[in-house]
Amino acid sequence: MIELNDVHKSFGANEVLKGITASVQKGEVVCVIGPSGSGKSTILRCINGLESYDRGEISIEGLKVDRDAPSIVKVRTQVSMVFQRFNLFPHRTALENVIEGPLYVKKEPRAQAFERGRALLAQVGLAEKADAHPPQLSGGQQQRVAIARALAMQPKAILFDEPTSALDPELVGEVLGVMRKLADDGMTMLVVTHEMGFARDVADRVLFIDGGIIVEQGPAKALLNQPQHPRTQDFLRRVLHPL
Amino acid sequence: MKGFWHDAVEFFPILMSGVVLTIVVTIGSLLLSTVLGLLWAMMRVSGIKALSLLSASLINVIRGIPIIVLLFYLYFVMPDLGVTLSALQAAILGLGIAYSAYQAENFRAGIEAIDKGQIEAAQSIGMGWWLTMRRVVLPQAVRIVLPPYGNVMIMMLKDSSQASTITVAELALQGKLIASSTFKNTNVFTMVALMYLTMSIPLILLVRHFEKRAGKK
Repeated sequence: MIELNDVHKSFGANEVLKGITASVQKGEVVCVIGPSGSGKSTILRCINGLESYDRGEISIEGLKVDRDAPSIVKVRTQVSMVFQRFNLFPHRTALENVIEGPLYVKKEPRAQAFERGRALLAQVGLAEKADAHPPQLSGGQQQRVAIARALAMQPKAILFDEPTSALDPELVGEVLGVMRKLADDGMTMLVVTHEMGFARDVADRVLFIDGGIIVEQGPAKALLNQPQHPRTQDFLRRVLHPL
Repeated sequence: MKGFWHDAVEFFPILMSGVVLTIVVTIGSLLLSTVLGLLWAMMRVSGIKALSLLSASLINVIRGIPIIVLLFYLYFVMPDLGVTLSALQAAILGLGIAYSAYQAENFRAGIEAIDKGQIEAAQSIGMGWWLTMRRVVLPQAVRIVLPPYGNVMIMMLKDSSQASTITVAELALQGKLIASSTFKNTNVFTMVALMYLTMSIPLILLVRHFEKRAGKK
């Protein structure tokens, strides 16, 4: 469903993606792990056209992702994104955040958008917070609203860019819980994360990225329990046993 | 200050007719400068090189010409080019254009202060440039822009007196006419000053209100 073929990307003289070839199948949950600065987030940002890429090709169900083409709107309505820092619209309520896309991009009828919006907030456990503004919500609640906002576009896949990295530790669980439920419902997900427990339990496959290349990939449990490549082994040792 | 109250009562109606024109010039040029300023600012942040360059040059040209020269140009030179404007039209146009440069810089600063993550979030739900501006960036920028906007309003109220140089009979010119025919300089110009102050004070309070509101978040 999401195909990346030999994708290269440089920021100035710094090549952050050095030929990424990967694919995500429909209904699959793929976690991307790796040290910071390895290019994980850049991959997600290229997939929905927040960044351009220099070489190679990215496509969503055969539709080429090209940041400067009009088709990028179609790409973005099919693939939603959840950000590390939530990026909710602070001047709108939780419900308004969720229905913004359906109302103004998809031109859904108001009544239908409101009804779906409320149902989505209920789905992420925030039915009673519909009228709260983002600054009144905890980080975990904000991120759940952001997930509802992504779902409101009825996307074929959702990209998660370190969705729990900006959260206080005790709030991580509620967000991962919502994501796990989505995965169980068959949503296609590409998740950049440092939550190895989530990757092991929920992901179908894991990609380990370092230095702009995919060093190792495979079924989640196998890769996380018996990593083959020395760099993967080293990374996982440091993440799982920091002391 | 001899007979101030007596003079005040006598001159009040004439000066009030000046106040009316002062308000008309101020509001007219405020609206024009807001529309033009917003246009220049949007061109500046459009990401299209030619538009952004054009806007930057326009702003610099406007900023580099004194308001009074701009007014003379519109009122005395334009007729030679076949465009005749009434004094009031020229005043509103001149002040509006002159202030559009400051408005544009203010608006641009407000727009650029919005977190990049907001724009990315808007793009990620499929919003195009204009929708992102209208629904996400501008509503948030308003809070930032309002306090300096209020200050521009006060400055414009005072600078509307420059319209007197092209015969618009607003408050300053009415005062000058009365003073030169009655020689009651002190009483007349004291009244003129008090009347400007009376109009400024509500605006000053408004700015304070904007600043408090902007500071709250």
